[in-house]
Amino acid sequence: MATTTIKSSKQATLPVGSIILWIILLIGVWAAIVRYSQGLGSTNLADSRPWGLWIAFDVMAGVALAAGGFTLAAIVYIFRMKRFYPLIRPTLLTAYLGYLLAAGSILFDLGRPDRFYHPFFYWNHHSVMFEIAWSVILYLSILTVENSQLVLEKFRLHALLRIVRKITIPVVIAGIIISTAHQSSLGGLFVLVPNQTHPLWYTPILPVLFYISAISVGLAMVIVESTLSAKAFDRPVESHLLSEIGSWLPTMLGLYLLVNLGNLAVSGKLGFIFEGSLASFMYLAEIIIGVVAPLILLSFASIRNDSARLFQSALLVVFGVIFNRFNVLVWGQNGAFYVPNWVEFAVTAGLISLGTLLYIFAVKNLPVYTDHTPEPEQISEEAPLPAAG
Amino acid sequence: MAVNRRDFLKLAGAGVGSLVLAAGHTEPAAAESTPEEARRHPSMLYDTTLCVGCRACQNACRNWNETTAELNSEGMYDMPTDLSGSTWTIIKLYEEETAEDADAPGIFSFIKRNCMHCLDPACVSACTVGAMQKSPEGPVIYDVNRCFGCRYCMVACPYKVPRYQWGTTTPLVQKCTFCFGYVQPEGVVDDKNRLAQGLGPSCVEACPTGALSWGPREEMLEKAHTRIKSAPGKYYEDRVYGEHEAGGTLQLVLSHVPFTKLGLPTLDPRPLPSLTDPLNWSVPGIILGVGGLMSAIYVNRSQAEFKTKED
Ligand code: SF4
Ligand code: SF4
Repeated sequence: MATTTIKSSKQATLPVGSIILWIILLIGVWAAIVRYSQGLGSTNLADSRPWGLWIAFDVMAGVALAAGGFTLAAIVYIFRMKRFYPLIRPTLLTAYLGYLLAAGSILFDLGRPDRFYHPFFYWNHHSVMFEIAWSVILYLSILTVENSQLVLEKFRLHALLRIVRKITIPVVIAGIIISTAHQSSLGGLFVLVPNQTHPLWYTPILPVLFYISAISVGLAMVIVESTLSAKAFDRPVESHLLSEIGSWLPTMLGLYLLVNLGNLAVSGKLGFIFEGSLASFMYLAEIIIGVVAPLILLSFASIRNDSARLFQSALLVVFGVIFNRFNVLVWGQNGAFYVPNWVEFAVTAGLISLGTLLYIFAVKNLPVYTDHTPEPEQISEEAPLPAAG
Repeated sequence: MAVNRRDFLKLAGAGVGSLVLAAGHTEPAAAESTPEEARRHPSMLYDTTLCVGCRACQNACRNWNETTAELNSEGMYDMPTDLSGSTWTIIKLYEEETAEDADAPGIFSFIKRNCMHCLDPACVSACTVGAMQKSPEGPVIYDVNRCFGCRYCMVACPYKVPRYQWGTTTPLVQKCTFCFGYVQPEGVVDDKNRLAQGLGPSCVEACPTGALSWGPREEMLEKAHTRIKSAPGKYYEDRVYGEHEAGGTLQLVLSHVPFTKLGLPTLDPRPLPSLTDPLNWSVPGIILGVGGLMSAIYVNRSQAEFKTKED
């Protein structure tokens, strides 16, 4: 295949994609105008359903999907598996965009977005939500530092770049700590509502389940987004790296399954799985499609070594975690029937489009892919040891 | 108890150090009260066997608190069907049809719903910014200036009491205040605060049958248990709802039909905040544990790297 044909096909497809993204974004802007001029009454949220699509998908699932950032940073910088370095920049960039969009959607969901800064000034250390608010802001700052390298390199601000590289290790460790805290606390929010959450999803160890599933889906997202952006930007897929990541997933998924089922067994709730209700059906669908199926598929080296099938298996994990967050947050909660309305869908779709457009812009203008960047050996080699503890 | 905005800005202006200070100051005085402390707290007893469903309480609440009347789908004033951003208390009717004759009156019961004013409230523990507060006097009250509308309180309340003003662009969470008004700056008394004026809640005052009583919690509990004792079998399970539910509440209910039929959930005596408190306490553990582990792995790995390079 000659490079020229690839080039021309790229020029033909990308603008069409971008135009669609821009249209979705504009519809989202229209929905945003509706939401801000009419209040939350313009959505399908109601007293019996105070949280809906924006919290379940944009915030809960979005933050879990962005867990690849801290996981891969741990793998590369802490566990020193430097061969994964080529994946770190695109992954940290998507994590950054993911968190920015989650924070953005909170501005739609808050009844009083003009008071978004209140958690800084009014503290309630009993509140799990208070802890999450702080964690998300702190982690956004950490992602800003981590991603600042892209901009600093581009504009050759070497003095600053040197400082940022020197503090890489402490920053990465802080990121891991904060991610551990808030990824699990997102599950902790529902530990407070034992009576309103269906027994299949209610457990005091919900934070543990959220944490394990966030790491799994974070890794799966590395596979998904690397494959997609390789397609979009006509780059070779880092297949050996991705299939190695794929080989870790069965362990994580197996652990999740073990803790989940073990917990149901210990608390005597296994019977609910086969109760034949809508909830039991949802639970089975979530576990079989999102956990068991990819666990089995990814156990085969032949599937892991086939980019397309690896991608599809990883997509199952992503689907499973999104489904799980909806189950815990919406369908597993007592309350009236709820489906989001067009305003909610349009805002969410608009935010995703915005994120994708920003990603495309960044890849085109910043050294996201490591061809342009120094050898991994140069990165943080001289970084000081972090203060222990 | 609460710091008003001006004080707060002064404090905030002094920098991060005083931010911590400000937070210390703005912390509500009490997050919960023990049943022991709550003995003298004002409490309301509702007795289904005395309620005739006249809804005088519902209207008295609307009048005193000046909540807007509800419109039906035709734009006419109509009876609300549930608690809402403008209905803080409501009378509902439960009726069980007898199997043989659908026209014959079955077993029925009215139920008055409003905030239960928990001793250890889930909404107070949940509130991100401490807008929901347990007043030292007992009632659970709300700071309109703090709330930023995350609606976690609505998710957290086991009785589904807090409601939202969905139709406005500057919405507030709304619920019964026990006629204690909203949280006010130090020294200011809300003119909606009837307790400060030595009055009971307006609903209690309006009730013509004595279905609502008002007084210190220990007296209300005593009254309820006396009623149960004097008429064995009359009340469901000889039980006072709210005595132990989720750590106990200031609103107490006596009923002749099962509480769950009236929409009152079956709750463990354990206060709900005790479920999530360990999570926040574990944060220092996470910092030390995860931080220590990651540092150790990093040191170990980079030394190994160093060695391989030496060789
Ligand atoms: S009943 Fe609900 S709103 Fe009222 S104090 Fe208890 S938790 Fe809070
Ligand atoms: S909606 Fe307001 S009162 Fe309720 S938890 Fe959020 S900030 Fe607190």
